[in-house]
Amino acid sequence: MSARNIFTRPARLAVIAPYLWMVLFFLVPFGFVLKISLSQTVIAQPPYAPVFDVAAGWTALKAAFAALSPDNFRLLVSDNLYIFSYLRSLIVALASTVMLLLIGYPIAYGMARLPQRWQPVAMMLVIVPFWTSFLIRIYAWINILQHDGILNRLLLALHIVSQPVVWLSTDSAMYLGIVYSYLPFMILPLYATLSKMEPALEEAGADLGASPFEVFWLVTFPLSLPGVGAGVLLCFIPIVGEFVIPDLLAGSDSLMIGQTLWLEFFTNKDWPVASAVAVVLLVVLLLPLLVYDRLQRRQLEKAE
Amino acid sequence: MANEAASMDVAVGLAPLAPTFEPAKTAEAPLLRIDGVVKNFGSFRAVNGVSLDIRAGEFFALLGPSGCGKTTLLRMLAGFETPDAGRILLGGRDIAQVLPHERPVNMMFQNYALFPHLSVRDNIAFGLKRARMSRAEIAERVAEMVALVKLGGLEKRKPDQLSGGQRQRVALARSLARRPQLLLLDEPLAALDKKLRESTQFELMEVQRRLGMTFIIVTHDQEEAMTVANRIGVMDAGRLDQVATPRELYEAPNSRWIAEFVGDINLFEGEVASREQSRLTIATRDAGTLTAAEPRNPLSKTTVFLAIRPEKIKLSRRGPAADGAGLSAINRLEGVVTDVSYLGGSTTYKVKLDSGAVIRASMANTTRLDINSFGPDHRVVAWFTPEDCVVLAQ
Repeated sequence: MSARNIFTRPARLAVIAPYLWMVLFFLVPFGFVLKISLSQTVIAQPPYAPVFDVAAGWTALKAAFAALSPDNFRLLVSDNLYIFSYLRSLIVALASTVMLLLIGYPIAYGMARLPQRWQPVAMMLVIVPFWTSFLIRIYAWINILQHDGILNRLLLALHIVSQPVVWLSTDSAMYLGIVYSYLPFMILPLYATLSKMEPALEEAGADLGASPFEVFWLVTFPLSLPGVGAGVLLCFIPIVGEFVIPDLLAGSDSLMIGQTLWLEFFTNKDWPVASAVAVVLLVVLLLPLLVYDRLQRRQLEKAE
Repeated sequence: MANEAASMDVAVGLAPLAPTFEPAKTAEAPLLRIDGVVKNFGSFRAVNGVSLDIRAGEFFALLGPSGCGKTTLLRMLAGFETPDAGRILLGGRDIAQVLPHERPVNMMFQNYALFPHLSVRDNIAFGLKRARMSRAEIAERVAEMVALVKLGGLEKRKPDQLSGGQRQRVALARSLARRPQLLLLDEPLAALDKKLRESTQFELMEVQRRLGMTFIIVTHDQEEAMTVANRIGVMDAGRLDQVATPRELYEAPNSRWIAEFVGDINLFEGEVASREQSRLTIATRDAGTLTAAEPRNPLSKTTVFLAIRPEKIKLSRRGPAADGAGLSAINRLEGVVTDVSYLGGSTTYKVKLDSGAVIRASMANTTRLDINSFGPDHRVVAWFTPEDCVVLAQ
């Protein structure tokens, strides 16, 4: 009741806007995907059955509901292909996130310790790659890594290798591409936390007898954990569903779940299985988000 | 946390438990000797050749306006800055290049710099763990510190669950826990409100006396410096201008700048006209001819300032009665009261002299009833003795 009074009419609309957005562009489409994941594939237009047709009347609609079944989800569990895809995605995402953290943290730390006037410059340097399309940057990597690419020519010219090395279509190339593409998403939240940290805290640590390593491990790192959490989530979640980078840079012997989904959808034209893959992926990715949310809430409660 | 122990390669010399304070003998070497210390930041010289001796057990205040270099000097004592020239001897050892975590010196930071992720207990124990004390010793020392700063019952709280005054106590306990040879306090009370600040000043003095430690406090608040410190060093523009007891600083400032910085003062510029029997006669621009006692240090110039504190000026309707010896030397100025500020304990009057200059006189309100005060437009005689004047050459 009181909430109704404190908001003016435009303010109330503004509050509704994000919910409206979520309903229109997430919840409704997700409803479609969920429905398709419970349908059966048919050779028709659209390529699944049943189709809800309000015009066909109440009984037809009821029959359509009865025809929905979780068969596709059973398939996901019974066929190794899907489980391996999910596992590979999680492993790739985990390994990449660890690499990103190990590379991103020192960069963010260095940025936060730069003289004040140089920090915006460093920030720009991190953001500048975004000015070029992500796809173009990945194609550039293909150019660099291919058989007669810049890297191999350089290595040959320097006599480091005598034969061109196979870079492209390997896991190394994929990891390189992922780490390269996601690094800003790791650096920026880390930098935000580290640059806000009071320098006197580190001085206090040193003053109380902590060596530089102890100061980092006992003061700086624990206080940067919110940034670590944000960076890890910002990288881990999209990497699990990553499609373009593994498709262009990795070999074709094992697929990430995004590639499997693409295959089901476009090559096999099996929309219901593709939808089931997407639904399971969403549920899997909700878990780390919920854990993070729980941790943040606990931290907020403690602060009160 | 194996590496935690590995990097503690230098043992920190913790002082024995509760050392007793013995007044330093004059022949004894000072605990801290600052010798010609210089610090530049780019082309800016923050500390310009400061030399200073501090004895064990002293409560010393570095006083000065912001930007005078006092904090930089303190940070050099803590090891956060390295002097460009000069030596810092602590107990005879030059520590100018020693890293902060290897110095037997602790600091209480201006905004306390408490570790927000650690409880009160863990904040206090932080330095003790780094000194590799045993678990039992740490528990005992933390309990002792908690009792010392009266924080009992709050050990498990995080800093953001404490009031400003409580945080200040945690910071004090944390910096004292290692029993440093020297405790540095960087504007430790600046964040507290006035009442709390005053009571905390006395608690600081009490703690310092009880532990017999050597404290160096940095402050821009002259009242605070005078309240807590045995000796005060006044800094301006990177230089240490005067080192003196609070009374000396107030009653015998060695420059016009210090006279004005510490407390309130009336200044009359003039020329020394004559000197006889340790009395100077000074012809001033605004107040005629005034007589002052000759300063201990000979004057280098004839253009001087005669300075008189407001509370040493008496106001009366007619001037002093002629019944004392040497009364002829008493300085009398006539004027009209223009402003009266009643401050409770005292009242400050602004008096416009006939020359147009305005002086301030302050009188203690020693009685409850208003019998001796003056209102605006009252014509008064302001008078003061030559002994109460200070003559300043610059």
